Amino acid sequence: MSSFPDAAREALGDKQLRRNLRLATATIRTRRAAAVAERDDWEQLRDAGQALKERVLRHLDQYLLQFEAAVQAAGGSVHWARDAAEAGEVVAALVSATGHREVVKVKSLTTDELGLNESLAAAGIDVTETDLAELICQLAGEEPSHILVPAIHKNRHEIRDLFQRELGFAELSDEPRALAEAARVHLRKKFMETRVAVSGANFGVASTGTVCVVESEGNGRFCTTLPDTLITVMGIEKLVPEPEDLEVFLQLLPRSATGERMNPYTSLWSGVTAGDGPQAFHVVLIDNGRTSVLADEVGRPTLACIRCSACLNVCPVYERTGGHAYGSIYPGPIGAILTPQLRGVGQASSLPYASSLCGACYEVCPVKIDIPRVLVHLRGRVVDEHGPRSERVVMRALAWSFRDARRFARLQRLARTGTRPFNRGGVISRLPGLGAWTNTRALRTPPPQTFREWWAAR
Amino acid sequence: MIARVRVSLFVTCLADTLAPEAGIATVRVLERLGHEVEFRAEQTCCGQMHLNTGYHAEARALAARFVGIYRDAEVVVAPSASCVATVREFYGTLAEGDAALAREVKQVVPRVLELSEFLVERLGVEDVGASYPHRVTYHPTCHSLRALHLGDAPYRLLRAVRGLDLVELPRADECCGFGGTFAVKNADTSSAIVEDKVQAILGTGAEVCVAADSSCLLQIGGRLSRLRSDVRVAHLAQVLESEPVA
Repeated sequence: MSSFPDAAREALGDKQLRRNLRLATATIRTRRAAAVAERDDWEQLRDAGQALKERVLRHLDQYLLQFEAAVQAAGGSVHWARDAAEAGEVVAALVSATGHREVVKVKSLTTDELGLNESLAAAGIDVTETDLAELICQLAGEEPSHILVPAIHKNRHEIRDLFQRELGFAELSDEPRALAEAARVHLRKKFMETRVAVSGANFGVASTGTVCVVESEGNGRFCTTLPDTLITVMGIEKLVPEPEDLEVFLQLLPRSATGERMNPYTSLWSGVTAGDGPQAFHVVLIDNGRTSVLADEVGRPTLACIRCSACLNVCPVYERTGGHAYGSIYPGPIGAILTPQLRGVGQASSLPYASSLCGACYEVCPVKIDIPRVLVHLRGRVVDEHGPRSERVVMRALAWSFRDARRFARLQRLARTGTRPFNRGGVISRLPGLGAWTNTRALRTPPPQTFREWWAAR
Repeated sequence: MIARVRVSLFVTCLADTLAPEAGIATVRVLERLGHEVEFRAEQTCCGQMHLNTGYHAEARALAARFVGIYRDAEVVVAPSASCVATVREFYGTLAEGDAALAREVKQVVPRVLELSEFLVERLGVEDVGASYPHRVTYHPTCHSLRALHLGDAPYRLLRAVRGLDLVELPRADECCGFGGTFAVKNADTSSAIVEDKVQAILGTGAEVCVAADSSCLLQIGGRLSRLRSDVRVAHLAQVLESEPVA
């Protein structure tokens, strides 16, 4: 993947993208703030969410086995996949075993993380995304750029053009209602004809084997009820101990995500029910790096994420760069800590630095993931394992100066005399080696007297 | 009558070198209020830059130095929310695995306060006798807001300043885009963020943008200067230092 600063530079140059993002993030931000302000027990809800997730992660081995047994007891099958390749093989084999070559999909980040659509396509299986925004991305051949609003980078004019081109609508208005209707016509046929569905999961209940999917459109509900076979792909961290624990998360999630009190569709199912819904149900439990996140105590809370995307909408970096710059299905602050941990920090070493550490993400996180702290921790791992040599020399030299006040005072004098040739009336417009700063910002020249010199002379 | 406090100033490496006026103003405000200020010359840097860039061994050494220097200080005041936040939020983590250091951190850290926190919360002072007849807007900085939770302490100080016309800054709680080495490692994004901040400042019609951290002011002031704007930046301490012209 290209480094974040390079990818960000490209995105920052796209004025339409910046306008789309600014408008969309501001809208969701305002709605979230209003929905959260309604609850005077919001902080207690966050505490409860955090505590539940902490407990699950601490005893994940037990909860996973409990979940597996409960799914099997309810008539479902459980499969385990170590990584993306294994997940692709398992799901492709399950689909092939039905004799069908087409699947409809419920919006699922985990399957995007695994590149499941590509794996299925390679196995000759035709995949249709049914979430409107995911469908838009699929038709455009683009990656989603937001966890909850995957096509946030596109405006309705762009979507109208796309639908005309890809879905064969000759005349189409760019009114949201008309665009939704076009998608509805296209998707309704798929729902009626397709016999196999693939979903993700927002939550899995360990004690009952229940799977929970929340959504806004109802398209997911079509997928989880109409087909004969339902395959749910779920990260191992998605468990909650008991059904009543959902009470906490079903309040935290919609308010944080869309600023709604309740999301329009919450689907819960346990195994197979004779004569009602899919008669074959499979859960594929995914590791794909999660156990290594679990093993790192500072990084571990990252797995508590419930994918609400509140952190994206308040992030000053995300608002300017959009999601694609993060080079992963998980953008924004959560992506900046999750991706390097799932892939290994060496595979995404610029991501932990894609933050000014402003802390807005931590403030809104419904399960209180201290994202700035994890970012700082991961930066330490980047430096220890993959630090750029030139930077290391500079930082070590600075630390050496800082460890002794006389050396520090010498460094201050050096900064003063060294910048003197570049002084233009008290400001430095260009400084060799610091072009990254001076391209857009002047740098004030070190004043003739440092504070410690003033103090010594007073 | 407020009890006289012996304040140990932690001026911060950045203010010491690039913005000494913020440190000087801090000294003058505290002395004017009748407190005794000392400056321990061994001080250098709290380790924030090394910590935030991932050089944790180096940061740990600087944290150990810091707590050693201020071991017997009554109270340590710094004109920087981000340095105080580094001390308060990360020194405990840096000291993990070193019981002696952890003990020292535990003793020293609660005595390290940001300037407005010291004035308003510790001393209960809002009117420091300043006069600053200018139209001012205040950028509350991320660490002031979300790490130290200073709340309205700086605003209370500013509202008590004679002649000061405080105008609200739209989207005030948003970052200025500095972020230490972020400003250089992600220069384009950092510049895009500060551009919006500066436009918001210019939109207020303020003559001066005030903040409680020299680092944010370096970023905001640097952009204003590049735009050849007349709007100046000033540290909160400088506003509080200003006295009526006799």
